[in-house]
Amino acid sequence: MPVFYERRQLVTPGDLLAENDYVAGENTHKENGRIYATRVGLVNYADKGVYVVALKSFYVPMVGDTVIGKVVEVTLGGWVVDIRAPYLAMLRASDALERPFKPQKDDLPSLFDVGDMLIANIVAYDRTRDPLLTVLERGLGKITRGQIIEITPTKIPRVIGKQGSMISMLKQETGCQITIGQNGRILISGKSPEDERLAAMAIRKIEQEAHTSGLTDRVTEMLRKEKGEKEVIKNVTEETRKTN
Amino acid sequence: MSSIMASRVRQKRIAQLISRGKRLDGRGLTDYRKVQVEVGLIERAEGSARVRLGKTEVLVGVKFEMGEPFPDTPNEGVLTVNAELVPLASPTFEPGPPDENSIELARVVDRGIRESKAIATDELCIEPGEKVFVVFVDVYVLNHDGNLIDASCLAALAALLNTKMFNYEVKEGEVKIKPGYKPLPIRNHPVAVTFAKFNDKLVVDPWLEEEQVMDARLTMTVEKDGKICAIQKGGYGYFTAEQVLEASKIARQKAEEQRKLVVKE
Amino acid sequence: MSQKKPEKLIDENEIRLDGRKLNEIRPTKIEVGILGNADGSAYIEQGKNKILAAVYGPKEVHPKHLALPDRAVLRCRYHMAPFSVEERKSPAPSRRELELSKVIRECLEPSIFTEYYPRTSIDLFIEVLQADGGTRCAGITVASVALADAGIPMRDLVSACAAGKVEGRLVLDLTDVEDKAGEADMPLAYMPNANAITLLQMDGMLTGEEFEQVVNLAIDGCKQVGQIQKEALRAKYVVAKEAEAEKEEAEEGEE
Repeated sequence: MPVFYERRQLVTPGDLLAENDYVAGENTHKENGRIYATRVGLVNYADKGVYVVALKSFYVPMVGDTVIGKVVEVTLGGWVVDIRAPYLAMLRASDALERPFKPQKDDLPSLFDVGDMLIANIVAYDRTRDPLLTVLERGLGKITRGQIIEITPTKIPRVIGKQGSMISMLKQETGCQITIGQNGRILISGKSPEDERLAAMAIRKIEQEAHTSGLTDRVTEMLRKEKGEKEVIKNVTEETRKTN
Repeated sequence: MSSIMASRVRQKRIAQLISRGKRLDGRGLTDYRKVQVEVGLIERAEGSARVRLGKTEVLVGVKFEMGEPFPDTPNEGVLTVNAELVPLASPTFEPGPPDENSIELARVVDRGIRESKAIATDELCIEPGEKVFVVFVDVYVLNHDGNLIDASCLAALAALLNTKMFNYEVKEGEVKIKPGYKPLPIRNHPVAVTFAKFNDKLVVDPWLEEEQVMDARLTMTVEKDGKICAIQKGGYGYFTAEQVLEASKIARQKAEEQRKLVVKE
Repeated sequence: MSQKKPEKLIDENEIRLDGRKLNEIRPTKIEVGILGNADGSAYIEQGKNKILAAVYGPKEVHPKHLALPDRAVLRCRYHMAPFSVEERKSPAPSRRELELSKVIRECLEPSIFTEYYPRTSIDLFIEVLQADGGTRCAGITVASVALADAGIPMRDLVSACAAGKVEGRLVLDLTDVEDKAGEADMPLAYMPNANAITLLQMDGMLTGEEFEQVVNLAIDGCKQVGQIQKEALRAKYVVAKEAEAEKEEAEEGEE
């Protein structure tokens, strides 16, 4: 069973990864029994499959995903939302209001206006039309506080970690609420801007080093060091104040 | 008002037949459609010709003007080729400035004439560095039923062979027209041969419905001694290196045949 | 102000004006991801050619009626800056630029999985900042890298190189003066996995035998260009990795 690369080697589009009995996984393409990479990334072989973890790719909507979007237009029956995908998403009034939509009475901009950020779920999407959103479930709706950072969507699984290990650690170490949009946007809401900044720093580090091992431990260590330093600075400042 | 787009069923049939070496209109894979050439039909033009290639119809008119030469060729006449996909030729042609298709067509016809040095531009100099003849070749597509390139090139060649220049003399910096005409000096006879690719098959002179199904097209222009003087690949597909070389061999043979329709020995 | 045509383009030792052998391509350097706003970008210097490529998309098509129901539409603009050539060129698109925009689009589309993104557009811009012959080939080469940088899934990279005939010899990668004074110039673009030629043009005069040799020479040039493209894409990643490694080392050193 010929394979042509070692695990975690960098491949480019058109590179021949494997031949014959392998199954073509993500970011690969099989033609005449040969499997080629379709994006720049790190190749991996698992069981009888080969796939590439892309360095850069954009979000492609999937039904059921939770996404963080920005309202870009208010229309007659709803809103147009930018979810950082090749397609703009639609949020119909009926998927935002708990009761039937009355055009004369309900003022859509007062609910969500252009520029507002929302957490939504994708309820429908296929090749023939743009994705449809809903905000009617728990935890969804307009974002009123916190910071939103954007990372490459391919790194989102790393931010979550195996069985949520990474994100649990982040929440614990920073005391922030962290909501993950599958489209590469992450909402951080903490007790102070300092805590939010810590969380953002940690997420950036994860994005940069997503391909390395032992990451969870290193991020934990970094966070603790940062917090420790802050404690020291706080004490020094208080000392200085006391003596003055 | 019928759509020119062939139905899916028909498109499939065309592709299937070709994979078996046959064509819907009964032609062999390397056969041209019937060609009709008429010259001199536009008296106001210095030269003209109309070519019917199957149902594709192209009219070419040649006109002269006097103008300045290009700075790097001060003693040579100037050639300008323009093509118009006249709206009446097809429901898909819209009126307006030349689009990429008409520009490509003009430039491919131009390349064939220019690179084969078909026109003796060194004999078109009136006053070195100052005044030369500018030859305008205008390609006018009247009906589009596929393979506009080959039809246009053939019509351009026929029109150039039909073109007459007035006799003149230069007196005190002024051009004085003298009685009588002489033919435009033509030194080469470029002929374009266009192929359509259907998977591993190459087909010569695709008609409109074949063009809608083909992977890609390849045009090779061949001059009278069998040398290739212009090539243009078009369409979204590709050709393998072997197909390109095969096409070059077929093109040289077909060009000789087609040339005889226009160039009388 | 036009260039004086040099006496000879190739000397008795078969060395060209710029010191190259007949089958050598010009020194080529490609940088990836150099523009901040574009989804993908790349820059190439090949001899005196300096060309920038940028990709936006896939994104919604404007105007909407241009959208295709079953795949993305690739739009391509090849444009030369007014200062890119010896005699200033008007910024308005010339007929040559329009033709090249078309053939370049037709050349790159076979490499993209457009069917994955129906009803969107992928917009590709190629800007020639300085030209010295072979700009459509260098433009295709750098555009293919920009598409990969944008994360657009591709069957293969497209590599392009011109070959031709100058003073009776068959040569690779012609400069502007070689193209103008030579006997034939043939730009070719190639996708190696499918053995696919996606761009092929020629002007000049070649016999059948010469043509076959020139095609093979050009394909060989394309393969060399392909290696440079892959290296450039890898280099961007390696730089990031090295920067991290350096940072880690520095942090460890502090403790």
